[in-house]
Amino acid sequence: MNPVQQAVVWLNDPLNWTNPGGVLDRVGEHLSMSAAAVLLGCLVAWPIGLWLGHSGRGGGAVVLISNLTLSIPTLALLTILPLTFLGFGRPAVVVALAVFAVPPLLANAYTGVRQADPEARDAARGMGLSGWQVLRRVELPLAVPYLAAGFRTAAVQVVATAALASFVNGGGLGQIIRAGFGLDIAAGGGQIIAGGVLVAGLALAAEGVLALVERAVTPRPLRRTRRAANRRAADATAGN
Amino acid sequence: MSFHLSYRAEPGNPWFSWQYVRDNSDTILAALREHASLTGRAVLLAALVALPLAVLAYWYRRLAGPILALTGVLYTIPSLALFAFIAPYLGIGAVTVLTVVVLYALLVIVRNAVAGLNQVPPEVRDAAEGMGYGRWARLFRIDLPLALPGILTGVRLATVSTVALVTVGVVIGRGGLGQLIFAGFQNNFYKAQIMTGTLLCVLLALVLDLILAGVGRLLTPWLRSRPR
Repeated sequence: MNPVQQAVVWLNDPLNWTNPGGVLDRVGEHLSMSAAAVLLGCLVAWPIGLWLGHSGRGGGAVVLISNLTLSIPTLALLTILPLTFLGFGRPAVVVALAVFAVPPLLANAYTGVRQADPEARDAARGMGLSGWQVLRRVELPLAVPYLAAGFRTAAVQVVATAALASFVNGGGLGQIIRAGFGLDIAAGGGQIIAGGVLVAGLALAAEGVLALVERAVTPRPLRRTRRAANRRAADATAGN
Repeated sequence: MSFHLSYRAEPGNPWFSWQYVRDNSDTILAALREHASLTGRAVLLAALVALPLAVLAYWYRRLAGPILALTGVLYTIPSLALFAFIAPYLGIGAVTVLTVVVLYALLVIVRNAVAGLNQVPPEVRDAAEGMGYGRWARLFRIDLPLALPGILTGVRLATVSTVALVTVGVVIGRGGLGQLIFAGFQNNFYKAQIMTGTLLCVLLALVLDLILAGVGRLLTPWLRSRPR
């Protein structure tokens, strides 16, 4: 029986889905830690990105942070953070994943505010709006397509990276693949491929769903900028 | 003597230790060599495959959509899943790591090379055509040199992310410096070993990036005099 047939057999065994530590448990873990990481990333990156974009400073810092995180291996953060004050368990994994969510969120928030039409900004100033009001009423709405694009890129990347949490027994769907490798290729080949299908499927599903969300929250006149925002985000954060 | 003893009695798991580096220099250097050679081979292979693909996408606009869409979908697939798909067929070894890493590097280089080629000004293209350049001559003497900054950006991004990605190879026991990090974690959370592996990873990425930046400067002398 070749590995693909083995994988089909593995996926068709209901116990592999409903057992403790089965697929359903793992999907739950995977999604909950991804959601926590993206949320944490948003809380940190969006205020900073919006403020830097508003004040027009720190563009260099944004690029520097993106490049730095690009060169830090996920494995390193996943193994280092549990040894700090965060301790073993979910918080360390969530923080490690959030670190990789920050660059696309930050870069898009920054670019989104910078891209706001300077005339709109001037007009708002002329109407007597304060700096804070300009940010909230003019720049923020205009930056929504970018924020949405950044959110999508970051979330998909976190869902993809969360598979690596299995290296430190952090749970998630990666655990199924790791267990398969633990069985040795000949015996676990089916499970390995089944796990791969699940992990890849979840990432692609996240991409699809968030693409719809992104489209829904982007006002129609702003939709054409979506592609540019996406590309910029991708350039800022190549690699997972 | 008592001083010595009290010194030794410090809790023995520092974040960095020269003692560790000295005692294990063979292992560390072997891991570094494996990491560097995997990265080098991967980026070279990826560039060799990516450039023709990018030129195809540039020449035949109809191919550009499918090529970029395919690379986009591939990019969404998590690295661990890619290992899972490939390892049962190619087995446990450097070839599997190389294949996965090449696939990701490929995408980055293709995307940037296409962007670079599309930025060649149309006037320049027209002028070259008017001077009687054929398709291939134009490619090698006009398009590719002008797209070089974009291509080099792609190669640099690919190199840096490849250095980080190779560590995922620990899943099949061939992760270069990742092996060091992972072993440190498993051996009673030996911080010095984890840190050494991490620092060498980041340093390797930095050094390779600087080398490529230098190569880029040498290859594009016309960009140097221009004020930035």
